[in-house]
Amino acid sequence: MSARNVAVVYRKELIDSLRDRRTVVSMIVVPILLMPLLTVGIGALSAAILGQAMQEVPRVMVLGGQDSPRTVAALQTLREIRVVPAQPDYVDEISNKQIRAAVQIPSGFDASLERGETPTLRIYDYAGELRSGFAAVRLQNFFRGLRERTVRERLQARRLPESLVDPFRVEEQNVAPPEKVSGTLLGGLIPYFVIVLCLIGAMYPAMDLTAGEKERGTMETILCSPVSRVHLVLGKFLMVLTASLFSALLSMISMGATFHAARGLLQPLEQLGGTALPLQFSLGAMAAVFLMVVPLAVLFSAALLAIALFAKSYKEAQSYLSPLTIFVVLPAIISVLPGVELNTGLSLIPVLNTSLVSKEIIAGSYHWDYIVLIFASSCAYASAALAVAIWLFQREEVLFRT
Amino acid sequence: MIEAHNLSKHFRGSRRGEVRAVDGVTFRCEPGQVYGLLGANGAGKTTTLRMLATLLQPSAGSARVAGHDIQRDSPAVRSSIGFLSAATALYGRLTAREMTEYFGRLHGLDGAPLRKRVRDVFERLEIDFGDRRCDTLSTGMKQKVSLARTLVHDPPVMIFDEPTLGLDVMTARAIVNFIRECRAQGKTVLFSTHVMSEAEKLCDTIGIIHQGSLLAEGSLDELRVRYQRRDLEDIFVTAVES
Repeated sequence: MSARNVAVVYRKELIDSLRDRRTVVSMIVVPILLMPLLTVGIGALSAAILGQAMQEVPRVMVLGGQDSPRTVAALQTLREIRVVPAQPDYVDEISNKQIRAAVQIPSGFDASLERGETPTLRIYDYAGELRSGFAAVRLQNFFRGLRERTVRERLQARRLPESLVDPFRVEEQNVAPPEKVSGTLLGGLIPYFVIVLCLIGAMYPAMDLTAGEKERGTMETILCSPVSRVHLVLGKFLMVLTASLFSALLSMISMGATFHAARGLLQPLEQLGGTALPLQFSLGAMAAVFLMVVPLAVLFSAALLAIALFAKSYKEAQSYLSPLTIFVVLPAIISVLPGVELNTGLSLIPVLNTSLVSKEIIAGSYHWDYIVLIFASSCAYASAALAVAIWLFQREEVLFRT
Repeated sequence: MIEAHNLSKHFRGSRRGEVRAVDGVTFRCEPGQVYGLLGANGAGKTTTLRMLATLLQPSAGSARVAGHDIQRDSPAVRSSIGFLSAATALYGRLTAREMTEYFGRLHGLDGAPLRKRVRDVFERLEIDFGDRRCDTLSTGMKQKVSLARTLVHDPPVMIFDEPTLGLDVMTARAIVNFIRECRAQGKTVLFSTHVMSEAEKLCDTIGIIHQGSLLAEGSLDELRVRYQRRDLEDIFVTAVES
């Protein structure tokens, strides 16, 4: 009878929630669209900004150089920059973005090079400003070429081999499999999104099924039924958990599809010699991550339900739950930071532990001792939160709080 | 049958200290009778009814509803009552039929018997809008669905907390007729009101409640004799002031 009652409550809450626009948006629409929008949207935006910046031919001022016509003429013939007449207020002009950079050529620069001396050039740019940076890079490339040519000329004049300044070479070879590279670079990002969406997915139903019911006056209606309060809260909890897990699952499917599509789009670039983007994840790793997220979803669902139950209205519940997202987002962000490695202490910190172990799993490393410890501790926290939710649901001062 | 004995409820507020919302209320309501709790706002009517419906635990005293103790056997009590108040709203996103069927299921009904029961209740209450969502219904329609919800399990005891509050004349009249029907069917009916005319029309026994205590109890005629007043409003004022 008890399982039947929980199932009856759950079925009703599911039908009711699926007719609530806010729940559907947070449970289905956001997890599906977030990843493609973030990757495609931000990718397209940054590509557009970068493209525009790179297409611009920056205005550059050449300061001095009246006695070095060879260098100045070479600079003026460069198509990547446009040399403008020198002005004494070049610093202001760079700051005001009227010019992008300036280069100071010391007096007698050409002659110094011929004499075999080491004169110093100075490039002025505005640090952090993208277009100024591009202008400075173009100047540096030009002078790097000039330096290499000068070195070669000096070596030839002294009949010395070029290997004199290039005694050996260093090559780097990656031995990590593609999954490992993906795990290291993007492994933190995946659990971060899954965990945050797990929370967002649970948030609206948790508020709707508790504070929302109080506000709409249906809480008293349901409490009049002969079903025990434990069964009522379990039915509601299962609905919130469904929303949470469904959000997590959809976000993972959406991520998988986005990465798959991105790989397809980037393949022509790779064949042309571009850098291969590390976007390889095994289905097994994704399934393992989902399994690790389950107790966390239980914890979120029960905790959100308990807190929202305490509120008298939807608005009050929102004001309690919104700050809670910081406690979830913060550990998830910490886990993405480089150098934060899994250890026994961190294995006991909820959210952070799941985030870190998921990162390892995606990278192909299964530390079974940590996995067991994290799963067990997450289950313990989840059980405690569920016990609190059940206890609160039996307190009349909470249910009839005025 | 409802039997309340010394029923009390005390709340502890941080600002007001201990509040005795209900203080030693004793009364009895027989099957086929309508018992009306008459009192002003804040008199303790709702708290008394909520205790009898097992929504709140009494601080002291006891009560039996349909033979079940409200503290020891609360699920059986809730199975035996139909509770309707201004605070028992409908699920707006469910249809009238889904709402009634949901409560039927919570009361253990299922399958064909549940569908038949809902059909009968809808016929009796003239609900021909069963497939409309509750949030699209008028106040009168909503009240009918609420009645269907309280009747779906055919309870022997009906408890109504200010059932006509905020309703128009026609809907209020329909509720009054419905309460009469329940009495005619032999159900025990307990209802609270602050509307004197309603109490005059409906109640076999009237209990005047004020500041948590039951000041007077009896049929309208008995109260008229005791307080030497004809009008129920005068009786109420005299009882409260004395």
